[in-house]
Amino acid sequence: MAHIPDGVVSVPVLVAGAALSVGGMALGLRRLTPERLPKAAMLSALFFVASLVHFPVGVSSVHLLMGGLAGILLGWAAFPAIAVGLVLQAALFGFGGVVVLGVNLANIALPATLAGLLGRRLLARPAVAGAVAAMGAVAGTAVMVALSLALSGREFLVAGQALAVTYIPLMAVEAVATAAMIGLLAKVKPESLELRP
Amino acid sequence: MSALVLSPSAALEPPCRAKPLLARLDPRSRVLAALAFALLVVCLRSLPAAIAALMPAILLALLAGLQPGPTLRRLAALEGFMILTLLSLPFTMGGPALFSWGDWHWGLEGTRRAVLILTKGSAIALSVLALLGTLELTELGHALARLRVPPRFVALFVLSARYVDVLRAEYARLRLAMRARGFCPRASLHCWRSLGHLLGMLVVSSLERAERVHAAMRLRGFNGHLHLLDEHRASGLDWGFAAALAVTGALLAVLDLA
Repeated sequence: MAHIPDGVVSVPVLVAGAALSVGGMALGLRRLTPERLPKAAMLSALFFVASLVHFPVGVSSVHLLMGGLAGILLGWAAFPAIAVGLVLQAALFGFGGVVVLGVNLANIALPATLAGLLGRRLLARPAVAGAVAAMGAVAGTAVMVALSLALSGREFLVAGQALAVTYIPLMAVEAVATAAMIGLLAKVKPESLELRP
Repeated sequence: MSALVLSPSAALEPPCRAKPLLARLDPRSRVLAALAFALLVVCLRSLPAAIAALMPAILLALLAGLQPGPTLRRLAALEGFMILTLLSLPFTMGGPALFSWGDWHWGLEGTRRAVLILTKGSAIALSVLALLGTLELTELGHALARLRVPPRFVALFVLSARYVDVLRAEYARLRLAMRARGFCPRASLHCWRSLGHLLGMLVVSSLERAERVHAAMRLRGFNGHLHLLDEHRASGLDWGFAAALAVTGALLAVLDLA
């Protein structure tokens, strides 16, 4: 649902999204030194695989965006890592779009990075950090997707609001799952959380 | 790579290998063609032009030898993402109503807009599946590098593409272990937390794998650059393809303005 296909958003939104993405990518790639490359690559492969895992919610199911986890583990390098995931999804499944890639990347990666950086400050209590980062990332993505639609034309306002509501169950699932993930990492492999991304 | 995959990996395999014509093109031409076609179609404003844009997309899909079943399923999934937007448009755009229930008016203007979005989105998705979906991911990475995408991003892309299959196999193994212990997915806190632990274990094992991979790469003198071994040259076929695409684009633009 975070993937807006081509042909929906207006040109100013496309340009704004592309500009945000280029900025984020520049910051992220600068932090992606050769030493951090294999870790980032492994995690972006993981985000792609995680998007194939379905979490049952009521009669339906959702898949995780894992934005909060990416932000906590990679910081700004989450931008290129999420970009790889989006390019893979576009090439393999035709999900998302080509021209709209900048908007989709900004919508997912910017909240993920900011929420992740916030979550890192709370790592004294790993489960709380995971839940906060995950909820922040999903809520931020919901707001940005709704904004991209609403700014593209008044006629999309209703759709934007309705979409934002559909993110609420995802927020709950993502918070519980990410809290479990970060809690597990803190127990099993604490050094992975201490690394300054 | 496929020997490592435990579960049926049909979802990740491209629907079909490219047939000769598209496969003989330089991967760079395919990337550029996908970008150019998408840019053009996004700019179309009239419904006849958008419907006409489906034709070259379908032609590309046929040339690429995409199987109709899986391709249509993917397109349907794509439209599923936008169902809310598409269904709300007829109510929010105003204009003359086609039919109404009480205060709800299904407008003509919005219907036209929704069909336009649906058509444009499908045309682009179809062309991307045909041009890029049938490329080997490594080839796609190398084509991106030849097109001056930053080398760090290309290295990240090629490495991740390589490990998607490995991690999927690992995921299938862990999931099988959970099933063997009687886990069945349900909408409950316990289930979400267990799946979270499963993904957490995947994070742990991928971080450890990353350390081993990094050590092995350092041993071989890795300095952040992947060496590109492919020797693709743009041939007459590529120029012919570009010309055909340009003519198609011009025709679509004329149809759109007419």
